[in-house]
Amino acid sequence: MYIPHTKTDKEEMLAAIGAASFEDLIKQVPSKFLRPEFKLPAESLDEVQAAARMGTLAAGNKLPLSFLGGGAYERYIPAAVKAIISRGEFLTAYTPYQAEASQGILQTIYEYQSSVCALYGMDCANASMYDGASSFAEAVRAASRITGRKKILYSAGVNPQYMDTLKTYFAHSPEYTYIRIPHRDGIIDAAAMAALLDDKTACVAVQTPNFLGLIEDISPVAEMAKKHGALLVAAADPVSLGLLSTPGEYGADFAVGEGQSLGLPLSYGGPYLGIFSCKKEYLRQMPGRITGLTKDKDGKRGFVLTLQAREQHIRRDKAASNICSNEALCALSATVYLALLGPEGLKELAEANAGAAAFAAERLASIKGVSLKFKGPFFNEFVISVPTGAARLREKILARSGVDAGLPLSPLYPELGETLLVCATETKTEADILKLERSIRENL
Amino acid sequence: MNSAQKTDNRLSIEKSVPGRRGLKVKNPLRARASVPPGLKRKTAPRLPELSEFDVVRHFTRLSRLNISLDTHFYPLGSCTMKYNPRFNEEAAALTGFAGLHPLAHDSSAQGTLELLHDFSARLCELCGMDAITLQPAAGAHSEFTGLLVAKAYFEAKKENRSEIIVPDSAHGTNPATASMMGFSTVNIPSGADGRLNVEDLKRHLGPKTAVLMLTVPNTLGIFESNIEEICRAAHAVGALVYMDGANFNALIGLVKPGDLGVDLMHLNMHKTFSTPHGGGGPGAGAIAVKKHLTPHLPAPTVKKEGTAYASNFGDARSIGKVKAFFGNTAVLVKAYAYMLAHSAEELGDIARCSIINANYVRSRLMDIYPSYSKEYCMHECVLTPGPDMTAKGLKTLDVAKRLLDYGFHAPTVYFPLIVHESIMIEPTETESRETLDEFIAAMRAVRDEGLADPQTLKDAPHTMPVKRLDEVQAARQPNLRW
Repeated sequence: MYIPHTKTDKEEMLAAIGAASFEDLIKQVPSKFLRPEFKLPAESLDEVQAAARMGTLAAGNKLPLSFLGGGAYERYIPAAVKAIISRGEFLTAYTPYQAEASQGILQTIYEYQSSVCALYGMDCANASMYDGASSFAEAVRAASRITGRKKILYSAGVNPQYMDTLKTYFAHSPEYTYIRIPHRDGIIDAAAMAALLDDKTACVAVQTPNFLGLIEDISPVAEMAKKHGALLVAAADPVSLGLLSTPGEYGADFAVGEGQSLGLPLSYGGPYLGIFSCKKEYLRQMPGRITGLTKDKDGKRGFVLTLQAREQHIRRDKAASNICSNEALCALSATVYLALLGPEGLKELAEANAGAAAFAAERLASIKGVSLKFKGPFFNEFVISVPTGAARLREKILARSGVDAGLPLSPLYPELGETLLVCATETKTEADILKLERSIRENL
Repeated sequence: MNSAQKTDNRLSIEKSVPGRRGLKVKNPLRARASVPPGLKRKTAPRLPELSEFDVVRHFTRLSRLNISLDTHFYPLGSCTMKYNPRFNEEAAALTGFAGLHPLAHDSSAQGTLELLHDFSARLCELCGMDAITLQPAAGAHSEFTGLLVAKAYFEAKKENRSEIIVPDSAHGTNPATASMMGFSTVNIPSGADGRLNVEDLKRHLGPKTAVLMLTVPNTLGIFESNIEEICRAAHAVGALVYMDGANFNALIGLVKPGDLGVDLMHLNMHKTFSTPHGGGGPGAGAIAVKKHLTPHLPAPTVKKEGTAYASNFGDARSIGKVKAFFGNTAVLVKAYAYMLAHSAEELGDIARCSIINANYVRSRLMDIYPSYSKEYCMHECVLTPGPDMTAKGLKTLDVAKRLLDYGFHAPTVYFPLIVHESIMIEPTETESRETLDEFIAAMRAVRDEGLADPQTLKDAPHTMPVKRLDEVQAARQPNLRW
């Protein structure tokens, strides 16, 4: 098993320590607390038994043909990505505090930061946050710190889970206000935004493609925000950036995203990858670890964790954030994935997503009673209106046809009525989409 | 780490050749993609153009520039670098777990929900607590979640409490989290024996105190023997006691923290429960609480209804979400697989053997590296360079760097902050006596070598892919991307 000690080892080690027994070593623990009763299995499982148990549990999950998106996306993960991240030299290393002994992981973080900057069109990126939601919340916090303002405007198209997380992050500070900019036809209502924006606004937080799948033109939003000294926080799916305009191009001050799309399994919610990037003037407000390139004493290139004066282990209660562990191995997956794709492969991947979703939208819109909710351009997901209860319909299709047709939106967007958010990524074929169409037709 | 690898330290982008391809995406539906030109990106991203083999070789070579647990002993204090069982990895990668979408219908997710439900119950039993959330993504994220829960508890009681008490031996994340939450931090100096002085604590406790955050055993590897009295004093003023469970490896299967009187605590799956650190993450955390805090836990948790499992979104008293979706579920699956491999008795062996190992190292080094504490330690010990080394100008950093040349990762150094030149060693239970003997011999050799020729240590490491790096230049002229 995992502990190497034999009975003899233990006895001889205790003797070498000079302790008569193990109990001698823990006299500092009041004896009344020792050896409580644990209502836990008296027998452990051997590997054969444990494998059977885990196999049974895994089989307890039913994986339907799924068209769920909404912030996490079904993706093909290349074999080379899996092979690299399962190497023990990466998998079992710790945070690279001893730089000389951690050049591999440090260089990969540097390459990750570079890839994120290239993808998002931003100046600098950190080594990762927990997930897209925590990146988003930290970016809004930073924007508020920088501007000294507490009013946060956010577009109705921001992932509702990001907003939930943000509000939790600020739960202790009642002075913050969050104002939702309503959508018009699924995208930011510019007139409504103009009326809400003022010189007390810390930032405008947007997302494109937004939660409803629509691609938004953020440039005018950015210009309006700037006029009032408000910063622009933009969330964007990294794969969409293979095709779409970047946060850097439309003038974001902070750009964040959910990196799960870059070679990470869905795994019921994590671990994912919080992408975090910003303009260079905000570098020192960036939370989390950052790797920098430097030289060793012989003048040779090397990498270190840098700008650590922002961090908790140095600044303690004055730190920019409390983050310690991040998602280094997930960042490595993303780095390898992007290196495999290159600019051309990433473009093809984005096209495959956009193409699959376009085909799916066309097919579903041909069903009598089903229509596309919005007219605007979308990336890899879109909203359909259905004639009856969307949640019931989803359950019916799932039970009868083994297809998960998408996420019912009414709990999150009651104003949209009975709708489903349908997503198709590069994993979906024409046959899959025709099966979805058929399963909806049959169950309407 | 051989010389061949040292010669090639090019970045992937420097190996890039225009037109070279790794992955292609040929899905015929691509042809149907249409994005209005005005919404398209103007320039292609500057990513490397490499063949698949180029990529595999590039990253494989990089991996070999790392010290890792699989290749080296890693006695990092407070980090619990224990063996990461391969079975756990295989279990989490099963398609049924890995392929499950976080917004999947509960009826599609019964296997994962059952696992999380059973794991929650077992962890509560192990900790002597009443309820648990598995949503936090890491230790610091757990602390944040814990303080949110505490805040919600006091708000429900309409009490306004602004202070968090933290001993000076605490992890940096404790005060950083407190301040992130808008609390002020009150630092209490440790007593001469490394413990919290109860009388001193009582002077600081009052109606403003919200939470006392205590690491048990503390970062000096010492158990707070007065914990019962400490908890009683905190409760007497209406405050909560939070146990930082970073060092739970010393207690697992031996002591139930709930019995000590703590109200809430966190666990690190990537420490006590053997999930890999991955070069700095991902981890997974948990907050276990007593009954009075249960309603405030984040949502969702998992409940059992008849024979089926369901997500439980709690009620208005819940603090809400600290993370999108459920949590770092794949890490939790690994930790659960580890749990299955241990009976109650075997869980206790983890603590017992980790304590034996730490004391073994301590006892065989303290004649030349004096121990901070005169008592036996729990799962880790804090040593310092001896006066003879200090007289030669040798510092902890020099010892740490030279150890790399001997084939060992350095211990945690300069932490806890209260010990000058500290060397914090946590061997964990999975290291054999032979490995510890080799480490002890290396520590002794480093000292002898340093006394004879201090410069050898000052210039160390000598055999790593790079020598000591210029951190000042890195910070003054940040070069953070290609």
